Amino acid sequence: MSFPWAKAYEPKAPLMRFLDERLPLPRFVYNAVGAGYPVPRNLSYFWNFGILAGFCLMLQIVTGIVLAMHYSANALVAFNSVEHIMRDVNWGWMLRYAHANGASFFFVVVYIHIFRGLFYSSYKAPREMIWLLGVVIFLLMMATAFMGYVLPWGQMSFWGAKVITGLFGAIPLVGEPLQVWLLGGYAPDNAALNRFYSLHFLLPFVIAGVVILHIWALHIPGSSNPTGVEVKSESDTVPFHPYYTAKDGFGLGVFLLIYCLFVFFLPNNLGHPDNYIPANPLSTPAHIVPEWYFWPFYAILRAFTSDFLLPAKLWGVLAMFSAILCWFFLPWLDRSPVRSGHYRPLFRKFFWFGLIPCMAVLFYCGGAPAEEPFVMLSQIATAYYFLHFLVILPIVSLVERPEPLPYSITDAVLGTPENDGTVKGHMIQGENARPAV
Amino acid sequence: MASTTGAAPDDAMTTVGNPGDGDAGTHPVRRRDFINIAAVSAAGVGGLAVLYPLVSQMAPSKDVLAESTTELDLSAIQPGQAIKAVFRKQPVFVRNLTPQEIATANEVAVDSLRDPETLTERTKEGHGNWLITMGVCTHLGCVPLGAGEGENKGEFGGYFCPCHGSHYDTAGRIRKGPAPANLVVPEYEFTSDTTVVIG
Repeated sequence: MSFPWAKAYEPKAPLMRFLDERLPLPRFVYNAVGAGYPVPRNLSYFWNFGILAGFCLMLQIVTGIVLAMHYSANALVAFNSVEHIMRDVNWGWMLRYAHANGASFFFVVVYIHIFRGLFYSSYKAPREMIWLLGVVIFLLMMATAFMGYVLPWGQMSFWGAKVITGLFGAIPLVGEPLQVWLLGGYAPDNAALNRFYSLHFLLPFVIAGVVILHIWALHIPGSSNPTGVEVKSESDTVPFHPYYTAKDGFGLGVFLLIYCLFVFFLPNNLGHPDNYIPANPLSTPAHIVPEWYFWPFYAILRAFTSDFLLPAKLWGVLAMFSAILCWFFLPWLDRSPVRSGHYRPLFRKFFWFGLIPCMAVLFYCGGAPAEEPFVMLSQIATAYYFLHFLVILPIVSLVERPEPLPYSITDAVLGTPENDGTVKGHMIQGENARPAV
Repeated sequence: MASTTGAAPDDAMTTVGNPGDGDAGTHPVRRRDFINIAAVSAAGVGGLAVLYPLVSQMAPSKDVLAESTTELDLSAIQPGQAIKAVFRKQPVFVRNLTPQEIATANEVAVDSLRDPETLTERTKEGHGNWLITMGVCTHLGCVPLGAGEGENKGEFGGYFCPCHGSHYDTAGRIRKGPAPANLVVPEYEFTSDTTVVIG
C-alpha cells in the first residue's frame, strides 16, 4: 500500500515506541492522515469533502448519543420528550438543532462529494471499490436519515413513515404483507417507532464501519486528483500532514461557519413546520414532502403517473431505487480511459448542461406540489437522468476524443520544461495551475 | 501556503524563511508561527466550548429542578405517627414526636454520638415535635423502616435500615450500625402551623 517514498513512522518517545510494538495505532494514524500518506499535490477544495463527511458522521453520532439520553421512543411520549429536550434539558435545543441540521449538512457534503466523483470519474479503475462502498454508505445514510426523521413523531414524521413504507407495498405479491411486517402493524405506531429508533441508533455505526472500508480501499491506490493522471513520482505528491490537514482544516472552518449560521440563526429553515404538530393518524398534512435531501428521488417516484405493463406505483418505486442502484454500474458504463472531466470536452458538456440541470429540476420538482407543470418537468428530467447514465455516458465514452493529458501531476502544476530551458505551461483547464517559478 | 516550493512548515521554522514571511533574521516571531498558533488556539478553544454543553446536558434538566420543593399538610398526623412524603424523588419522613420520644432523645449524652447533634438542632423552634428528615440511610441510600405503622423501628425506637442494619434513634440520629451520619434534615420552613415547605 501507498507509494515507496512514503515516510515511515519512526516513534521517538519511549512510550510511543512501546505502543508501536504492541498496538501500532499511532502508526496507523500517521499512515492515514499524517506525513506517512503521500497525496497528489494538486488537490482542489473539492477534495475536502471526504474529511467533511467524516466529520459530519462523528458530529451526528456524538449529538445523537446525547439526544438518546433524553429521548423516549414510545408513541405516547415521543413528541413530548422532544419538546422536553427543547425546553428542559440543558443545551437541549442546541443539541437537537445541531443534530437535525447536521443531517442536512451531511447530505450537502455527501452530494458534493458524489458529484466531485462523477465529474472527475473517481469511480474508474483502480478505484471502483471506493465508489461502490460510497454508494453503500449513501444508501445507509438515506435509511438512517429517514428513520431519524420519524422519531419526533410529528405529523411529517408519521406521514413520512407511512408513505415510505408504502413504497414497499408496491412490490407485487409480497408488497402488502411486507409493509405490515416492516411497520409491525397496519399503520405506523409504537412498534414501528421503536424499531426505527433501534435501527436509527445502529445504522450510523454500520456506516462508520463501511467508512473504514471506504478509506481502506482509498489508501490502496491513493487519492485521485483533478487531472486524473496517476501519481508517477515523489514530486507529484506532498505528505498529507501538514499540507492537507491545513487545507482540510480551512475547509472545515468554512463549513462550520455556514453550519453554525443554520444551527443558531436558521434552525428550522430546512425542516417542516408541520412536524411541530403531534402525529395524527386521521389527518394528512396538505402538502407532504420529504426532507430536501430526498427531493430529487421523490420527484422520480412521482414522475410515473400512468400504468404501462406494470402499475404506475411500481414503476415509480422501481425508478426511484434504480436511480441510485445504477450508480453501482457506473465504473463499467463509462468506458473512457480518461478520468478527469477537464480533459473530456463532450462528457463535460453533458455533465454541466445535462446532468446538473437535470438534478436541479428534479430537486425543485421533488419539493413542489404534485401538479402541473412540475409533474411533466419531473418526467422529462427523470427520462434524462436515466438516459444520461445508461445511454449517453457509455456512448460519449466511446466516441469522445479527449484532450491531451499532461504527462504528470507535476507537469500539470508547474508546466513542462522545454528543450531550450524555458517553461511552457500546457494546462487546459487552469484551475489547479500555479504560475511557473 | 505562501510558497509552492518552500519546505514544510516544520522545516521552515528553522530555516531562513520564505518570501512573505517578513524579515526573519531580525524578528524571531514569524508570520507563519503566528498563523499556526492562532489556528490551533482557535480550534482548541472551539473544541472546549463544544464540550461544555455536552457535559452540561447530563446535569438535572429544568423539569427536574422544578420538582425541588414539596409542600406538605401536617394537620392529619397525630403524635406518634409519621408519613412518607416525596422530595426530589426521594422519601422524606415527617414524624410527629410524642413527649416521651422527645424526652428519650434529650436524655442521650450528645458527646457520645457518632454524629453529635441535639434534637433541638434538628427541629425548628416552636415546632420541636416535628422531626423532618430524608428517608435515605446515610450508609448506602436504602429507605429505613420505622415511618410506617408496625414497621421495625430498631433498638432505639426511631428508624431501622434493613439493608445493612443501621439503627437511628427518635431524633433520627445514627446510634448503631455502619451509617456514618444522622439522617439528613432537608431545608424546610413552616408557612403556617400545619403547612411545611420542603426545599
